Amino acid sequence: MSVQQSGAVSDAMVITWRNLKRIPRIPELAIFAILQSIMFVLLFAFVFGGAIPLPGGGDYKEFLMPGIFAQTIAFASATTAIGMTDDMGKGLIDRFRSLPMSRSAVLSGRTVADTIYQAGILVVLMLAGLVVGWRVHNGLAEFLLAVALLLGFAHVMAWLGIWIGLSVPNTETAQQLTFVTIFPLTFISNVFVPPASLPAILQPIAEWNPVSTLTAATRELFGNPNPYVGDGIPGQYPILVTLAWMVVFLVIFAPLAIRKYRNTSR
Amino acid sequence: MTNAIEAEGLVKVYPARRGSTEVRALDGVDLQVPQGTVLGLLGPNGAGKTTTVRILTTLLRPDAGRATVAGYDVVTQSNEVRASIGLSGQYAAVDENLTGWENLYMFGRLYGMPKADAKMRANELLEQFTLADAGGRTIKTYSGGMRRRLDLAAALIGKPNLLFLDEPTTGLDPRSRLGMWDVIRGLVREGTTLLLTTQYLEEADELADTIAVVDTGKIIAQGTADELKAQVGGERIEVVVRDRAMLPAARELLGSAAAGEVEFDEHTRRLTAASTGGAQQLVAIVQAMGDAGIEIDDITLRRPTLDDVFLTLTGHHTADETVEENV
Repeated sequence: MSVQQSGAVSDAMVITWRNLKRIPRIPELAIFAILQSIMFVLLFAFVFGGAIPLPGGGDYKEFLMPGIFAQTIAFASATTAIGMTDDMGKGLIDRFRSLPMSRSAVLSGRTVADTIYQAGILVVLMLAGLVVGWRVHNGLAEFLLAVALLLGFAHVMAWLGIWIGLSVPNTETAQQLTFVTIFPLTFISNVFVPPASLPAILQPIAEWNPVSTLTAATRELFGNPNPYVGDGIPGQYPILVTLAWMVVFLVIFAPLAIRKYRNTSR
Repeated sequence: MTNAIEAEGLVKVYPARRGSTEVRALDGVDLQVPQGTVLGLLGPNGAGKTTTVRILTTLLRPDAGRATVAGYDVVTQSNEVRASIGLSGQYAAVDENLTGWENLYMFGRLYGMPKADAKMRANELLEQFTLADAGGRTIKTYSGGMRRRLDLAAALIGKPNLLFLDEPTTGLDPRSRLGMWDVIRGLVREGTTLLLTTQYLEEADELADTIAVVDTGKIIAQGTADELKAQVGGERIEVVVRDRAMLPAARELLGSAAAGEVEFDEHTRRLTAASTGGAQQLVAIVQAMGDAGIEIDDITLRRPTLDDVFLTLTGHHTADETVEENV
């Protein structure tokens, strides 16, 4: 046998290629992900938004859009989890594991592909935001930093998604589990309402919630209304706290996901 | 002759889970497969066939025992094992949202081939498996037979000398099954060592040099098809009566004429017994049945099948399902 061990990087690139190839073949996945976010935009911008006053003023739609971006990115873990469970159930993971390839490549390739996928969705949502009246008021550097934060967060959420996907028996459970964990996280936050309007008991959660800090960070960077600033650390340094969250998530969930993958032999 | 596969005392226990007790999937399996031969692992669902294949292909660690595949230890040298084998699983493990060509190209790249080689190999395999026209279509549009052929092609990407096929024809229609057999025979002619699992006695009979009968995690018999058949003795008489009401009478008559236990199936109105007197006895039975007013739809004298072997060895038919194996 003259088969050389292929490198982890080139294997991961092949897996990324494979995952990206699939996206246009199952267009309904991307379409529904975008429609769900646009539904929230329309619902809050035009139905509830009028009843939500922003302390310090500012346009509600400009307030809303960064929250929608963060919410969508948080749900990226569901996409990854479902994809991973699907691959397990269909026996594709067994095939990968029977090949003389890098084992981590199956995971890193997917997280890279899913991050690229979320970038595409983000572009569509930003265009939708521009249509309803969202604007960027700061410079290009701040804009790019905001996008980098969003995509970095998407990448981290993909690792969480892999761990969930490998831990549940089927795609239905993966969907439900990510839904019931991510959904409250996006609502007990500053995404749709100014956190000051929340009950006192929920305020610390909303303040430290990674979806909140990501939203506040991007609002700050885009120059959108950000009635969040308080005395607390997350209010003062949303960018740094978001980065810290990303590191924490990555350090916890990437090793958990890799270990789970190694042990899926059962 | 060296052994391509050697296993000694393989044990795999699935711990008790909610709603199920501990399952001893493998309970001391020993196997030797000499280079260039075909071993058929034959047994019902849940017997331990898939578990054995998963251990030998490094997808599963045994709880006890050891195994070498292509000379490498499946636990400590799993990478070397993976580089030496091809595996085609019970479920077509290909990406149904990729085209046939894309699947093969991807597996080739993951096998460590440079781009140009992977492309060439993908084209070559599509041609070999008469899938060239379908190569540009996603697997979703493939028929069951086409999927299996592509899955087998994927297992052959690295031109392995050692191939594991886990139930390669389960769920295929008869024509696709015959086509698959032809493909497998072709591979064996070229010198590939093959371990094949099947629940079809006919399939093991057709393809395997040696058959190992597996039941409840153990190998209960091993030998060539002829050796196994010899274990259950001579020919069989099979009678199908027209009227179900006549079954008990026919059973009694056959029991006194032939040797041993008479087996009968209420639904198909079929009775089977071991024959002791060949064609002479057959004629006598036809006569006796006619005298007793038992109408016969069909009567044959046949060589024992592997199903008879299985029944003799285990006390139940191959089709009897025990536990679900696909854990």
